[in-house]
Amino acid sequence: MHYPASALSLVIFCLFVGAVLGLSFWLGSKAKSAKGYYAAHGQVGWFVNGIAFAGDYLSAASFLGICGMIAFYGFDGFLYSIGYLAGWIVALFVIAEPIKRLGKFTFADALDAQFHSRGIKVTAAISTLIVSLFYLIPQMVGAGALVTPLLGLDHHWGVIIVGIVVIFIVVTAGMVSTTWVQFIKGSLLVIFCTVLVIMILARGLQVGEKGQTQKLVIKADGSKFVHGEKQSATNDLTPTGRIISLPEKYKDGKTGPLGPFEYLAALQGSKVETYKLASETKTEESDKSITVTKTYEPERRDGLSLLMPGAYFKDIRPQPADAKDPWKEVKGKLNFFSLMLALFCGTAALPHILIRYYTVKDAASARKSTVVGIASIAFFYVLTLYLGLGAMTSGALPLDFKAEGNMAAPLLAKSFNPVLFAIISAIAFTTVLGTVSGLIMAASGAVAHDIMTNLLKVEMDDHAKVKAGKIAAVIVGVIAMALGIAFKNFNVTFLVGWAFNIAASANLPALVMLLFWKGTTRQGITTSITVGLISSLAWILLSADAYQNLYGYKDAAEAAKAALAPFNQPGIVTIPLAFLVLIVVSLLTKGGTRKTHRTSAEIAQSHA
Amino acid sequence: MSNEAEKGHHDDRHVSPNARLGLSLFGVYLTLYLGFVAIAAFKYEWFNLAAPGGVNLAIAYGMGLILVALLLAAVYMMFCKPEK
Repeated sequence: MHYPASALSLVIFCLFVGAVLGLSFWLGSKAKSAKGYYAAHGQVGWFVNGIAFAGDYLSAASFLGICGMIAFYGFDGFLYSIGYLAGWIVALFVIAEPIKRLGKFTFADALDAQFHSRGIKVTAAISTLIVSLFYLIPQMVGAGALVTPLLGLDHHWGVIIVGIVVIFIVVTAGMVSTTWVQFIKGSLLVIFCTVLVIMILARGLQVGEKGQTQKLVIKADGSKFVHGEKQSATNDLTPTGRIISLPEKYKDGKTGPLGPFEYLAALQGSKVETYKLASETKTEESDKSITVTKTYEPERRDGLSLLMPGAYFKDIRPQPADAKDPWKEVKGKLNFFSLMLALFCGTAALPHILIRYYTVKDAASARKSTVVGIASIAFFYVLTLYLGLGAMTSGALPLDFKAEGNMAAPLLAKSFNPVLFAIISAIAFTTVLGTVSGLIMAASGAVAHDIMTNLLKVEMDDHAKVKAGKIAAVIVGVIAMALGIAFKNFNVTFLVGWAFNIAASANLPALVMLLFWKGTTRQGITTSITVGLISSLAWILLSADAYQNLYGYKDAAEAAKAALAPFNQPGIVTIPLAFLVLIVVSLLTKGGTRKTHRTSAEIAQSHA
Repeated sequence: MSNEAEKGHHDDRHVSPNARLGLSLFGVYLTLYLGFVAIAAFKYEWFNLAAPGGVNLAIAYGMGLILVALLLAAVYMMFCKPEK
């Protein structure tokens, strides 16, 4: 679709980014020492930190990815909301307090607190670096997807702008600023999404006109044609997302304002029209250049089936009795199990979430922070269901999920009014900004603190450590920008799934066993992280999703045939594998190091 | 028994119940979460069933999981003992 820039959006956008940056500089001037830079003096209040947890967590993937997925696939997008939130239960009930007792600055330090082993520090730092990078890619891709409808700029400009601003924030200020940036962003996101949901419910549902087949022609020079004329603001594809029939009791074709449950019940009895990419053909012109024609066809869908899982994860729905491949359903279900497991276990293992535990002063504050975080995240995830379904029925939905699915939420706001659209887009942009800065902090901390000090044995004073952290931040930021541009055609939620799988496989087993099993040895931890990291990464790179989206296999069937991994999500195999490896290696190496390890309860005892 | 050992024992009583409470609440949530995943995988047609509020079971269970997470977190915070 063609998105003209708007002066209003630009002004509001610049005001937001300017305000956030100004605040970041002001607060950052207070944080000069190494401890201040990394952990904000351990003084950030629990409420602020709790909302900042939400700000960290409600990334571009949550806001843009989930809304887009719900808008196109209904309930399946909501599965991500459920899984992402469930992960917090692991974080709060199992990890939160013990880790606060063990921790210094980074995930690697927390794991190493009892062993003083270079091996643990280095493997944990490498794992932090890789997970951060994998989580950074979707954020950067999200930034690009946002900038297109907001400012009328190409994808790569969004990535470059976010990259530069974030490097600037991290290099000039550090953790204090990012906590406050996250706090402001988290609050604004929840407040404005609530406003938007109230507007969705007040608007209710109404029957719209049925759509026709639409064609988009893309010439070799990149110029696009719709209805035979050049694509422009006045000649464009007609957006989709309409109710084409309502339950019988709404006789005049509209419902009027609805309550939250009434809305879902009404949608359940309706039929909805969205579009799908029916074909993509390439033709050679007389001058040998290739012209691509994309044909989009309307798809009429049953409200009830959209409010049940299985529109995206198709294989979990019972297959017909005469299905050609009986294993398809089994693999589909394992894949689904695996994703739900990775979402459940991944949250507590994400390095940029863990680092926030160190920014409050004690375990009680960490607990309160997490509860505040869970409350705001839970509320937000309930909102995502309405935002997604609102976008599905807004009449403003783009036709192509893969190319423009991430824009569903901002475009929904645009269907109400342009000021709201500008505000929501600006918030989404600062969302990306905040998440990316947190991740770059975690990654550069891993490089500067763990790899430089422990692996390369570089002796650094306070000042040199901060400087090394900043140089690392610039390098990680530039790599993230490059990847964000390279992966621009990837689906954001797909990429986040990767990050969760890797984090859960590499970090969680080591963390849980260290906290709860006395017999854990340093060799066990090092091997478990290494095996979890390599196995999940290899599985992902050998999966059908990678074959289709990375290695250029044309369609899903061809990719599935060629792929070496039996299904896409590795978690169900690689998480238990990492646990098993840790236990076996620890038992084999028990004699040497057991005496040095104490569980968190023992540490608390000795501190008394 | 020395003073220090007594103190350690005393502190242990405060720390362990918190961890135990956390793990039991985790167990409650895990059961509910697995229930949802199991329905999706083995009893898919149950998601069709009508639930209170006029919505189907899939929506009610999904919303319920979010609500229960919040409730359990609140319970945990209320019943955790202070460390000192």
